[in-house]
Amino acid sequence: MPAFDTVLRVLSLQDYNTRLVVLAAAVLGLAAGVIGTFMLLRKRALLGDALSHATLPGVGLAFVLANLAGVAGKSLPILLTGAAVTGVLGAGSILLIRRYTRLKEDAALGVTLSVFFGAGVALLGVIQQMGASSAAGLQSYIYGSTASMIAIDAWFIAGAAGLVVIACAMLYKEFRLLCFDAGFAQGQGWPVGVLDAVLAGLVVTIVVVGLQAVGVILIIAMLIVPAASARFWSDRLAPMTCIAALIGACSAALGAMVSALFPRLPSGAMIVLAALVMFAVSMLCGSARGVAPHWLRHRRLNRRMDTQHLLRAMYEAQELYATRGGFGETAQARNIEFDDLLRRRSWAPASLRHILRRAERSGLVRPAERGCFILTALGRIHAVRVVRNHRLWEVYLITYADIAPSHVDRDADRIEHVLSPEMIAELESLLERDDRHLAVPASPHEIPAPSTDTVAPMSRSRA
Amino acid sequence: MPEFPLRMWHALASWDAYLDGWIVVVGMLCAMACALPGCFLVLRRMSMMGDAISHAVLPGLAVAFIVSGKLTSAPMFIGAVAAGVLTALFTEWVRGYGKVDEGASMGVVFTGLFALGLVLIAQAADQVHLDANCVLYGAIEFTPLDTVMLAGQAMPRVALTLASILLLNLVFVVLFYKELKISSFDPALATTMGVNARAMHYLLMTLTAVTAVASFEAVGSILVVALLIAPPAAAYLLTDRLPVMLGLSLAIGASAAVLGHAGALALPAAFGYGSTSTAGMIAVAAGVLLILAALCGPRHGVISSIAHRRRTRFAVSAAS
Repeated sequence: MPAFDTVLRVLSLQDYNTRLVVLAAAVLGLAAGVIGTFMLLRKRALLGDALSHATLPGVGLAFVLANLAGVAGKSLPILLTGAAVTGVLGAGSILLIRRYTRLKEDAALGVTLSVFFGAGVALLGVIQQMGASSAAGLQSYIYGSTASMIAIDAWFIAGAAGLVVIACAMLYKEFRLLCFDAGFAQGQGWPVGVLDAVLAGLVVTIVVVGLQAVGVILIIAMLIVPAASARFWSDRLAPMTCIAALIGACSAALGAMVSALFPRLPSGAMIVLAALVMFAVSMLCGSARGVAPHWLRHRRLNRRMDTQHLLRAMYEAQELYATRGGFGETAQARNIEFDDLLRRRSWAPASLRHILRRAERSGLVRPAERGCFILTALGRIHAVRVVRNHRLWEVYLITYADIAPSHVDRDADRIEHVLSPEMIAELESLLERDDRHLAVPASPHEIPAPSTDTVAPMSRSRA
Repeated sequence: MPEFPLRMWHALASWDAYLDGWIVVVGMLCAMACALPGCFLVLRRMSMMGDAISHAVLPGLAVAFIVSGKLTSAPMFIGAVAAGVLTALFTEWVRGYGKVDEGASMGVVFTGLFALGLVLIAQAADQVHLDANCVLYGAIEFTPLDTVMLAGQAMPRVALTLASILLLNLVFVVLFYKELKISSFDPALATTMGVNARAMHYLLMTLTAVTAVASFEAVGSILVVALLIAPPAAAYLLTDRLPVMLGLSLAIGASAAVLGHAGALALPAAFGYGSTSTAGMIAVAAGVLLILAALCGPRHGVISSIAHRRRTRFAVSAAS
């Protein structure tokens, strides 16, 4: 374990070198998060993968050409220019394959990625024979060498990142249209092809400066992971972009710091792992699409539906007693047997018992003698509302949608839980002239008496 | 008369029957073994899964080494295949539970596993020289040197491995031909007909992982992608029939291996250098063959469709 003051020194960015690496990585992560958001929403997340591999032959070629021209081949701008050139060529070949052959996106990406990379590997094979010891540094392009970053590299990254962020801000409206409805954009006369090319160009920019920081393969993660994490937190583009930028910057800074603190933890890989942790947290807890919130919402809805089904079943059971035995308080308050309830829906005895217990706890139902149940006053109020919604919808379907009375029950069974007050008001006003605005309209169809066999009729199965 | 054709000829004339012969055989076996699962990857639009799996084996190799403590092939092979299958599984989870777009979920999973592999290798660096470069680039040039005796003949070990993988893939495709075909073209119909499309998916992924891992030693992880995708993609442009596509992709893969090795010897020689990476040149050759197929394909080729459009335009203008 590193000593406390070492941790403090790294965290407070006191060392010049740490400060440089952490800040440069953070800026790169921020820009990658921004452009990654658009790529993710355009469903081209893996384009960065293909383009980053396609830069390899460019690096090799630039090195060879520079050596032939007698310039020091390892100078950064020359190599990065070469990388950008073949990156753009790679993007072009993907577009061409998609446009002129019947191969799909995935095959276009895979072929471009592997063939360009193969050409790069073949070039490196030649470069190794050129005797130049300087060729050794080219290897770091695969894995990156964050720790050996110098000030000029950091400025380079900052400049490219600034360019990308500004371009995204200026083309925000256009990119948004492109991501959400490319067909509409085309119809409106926007140059969709050009916009796609600009987007790919911005990705190449990030990839090229990122190569040196985190390497060919890990830059892909910086383009994809923050954006994919942000998707769990928001359904709106602007917040999502900001969250992606934040996650990208934080994970890059965190990864670089951890790598500076412990020996033998490559910084590029730590950045990706930090981003991955954030992805895992986002996937689990993301407020918009996270797994846990989604599961909780789903469970809450299911419970509400179960309770409402119970209330309606009990109300209808009472109603049946009332019509059989004449109207009166005694019939309304009559106890309902468990078996009677069980036969009204296709619920398992265990789950019905569970639902009853929950309704009991919320004071909607109370147990009566001989294993019977009875609606409380509160339960009755709720039951009236649920049954009323159900029947309003049924009446509406029969009156306006021409659906046979025998078929409306199942439709209404699904919709009764989600009818909003506005919808109810509209239904009421629609049905007003039919003089049906009773407290609870009578059921427009015959409510099937609970069958004595154990199998419930199909029409009353749970939605 | 420029002298570079002569130099290229000399480079090719120095062909060594044993060394170069076996390199080409290994390359052909590798390309053919990859082409069979590759056809179904391309048809299912899952080509990038090959890429994801081949990147993600790194932690499998590292864990297998750390657990077994040896650099022997059996645990490494199992570890790598397990990592490959886990990639497919995790991708499916992220896509299913997180409702993340397929490409992005693949990207998240394989970069994460790759980074994990790099960290594990860096941590184990004291005890072993497990070079990530070996996994990335492969070393087909050295495969003829590592031999085992079989029936009194010295054979490269990798050639035997790849031959058995090719056989395994052939058996798989023949046995499950009907299921693979229907679940590739119409998963919904396959399910209604009682074919377990999910099981076929994971079976194919496992096979892809096994093939990719067996091919690493020869061509490296990224160039496996070239062999998995480019020959089947080229074959897909040449025919509309699955059996023909399978046969063509085998042939294209094999020719890419031959052309690639010849290119690796001859092309650098033209500029006065020694031979370069055969694996890289095989990928390039596969790319060139794909371009040829895209241009000259009989029905879907660029040239024939332009000619067809011309003819149609002429017929239309003549008729009106």
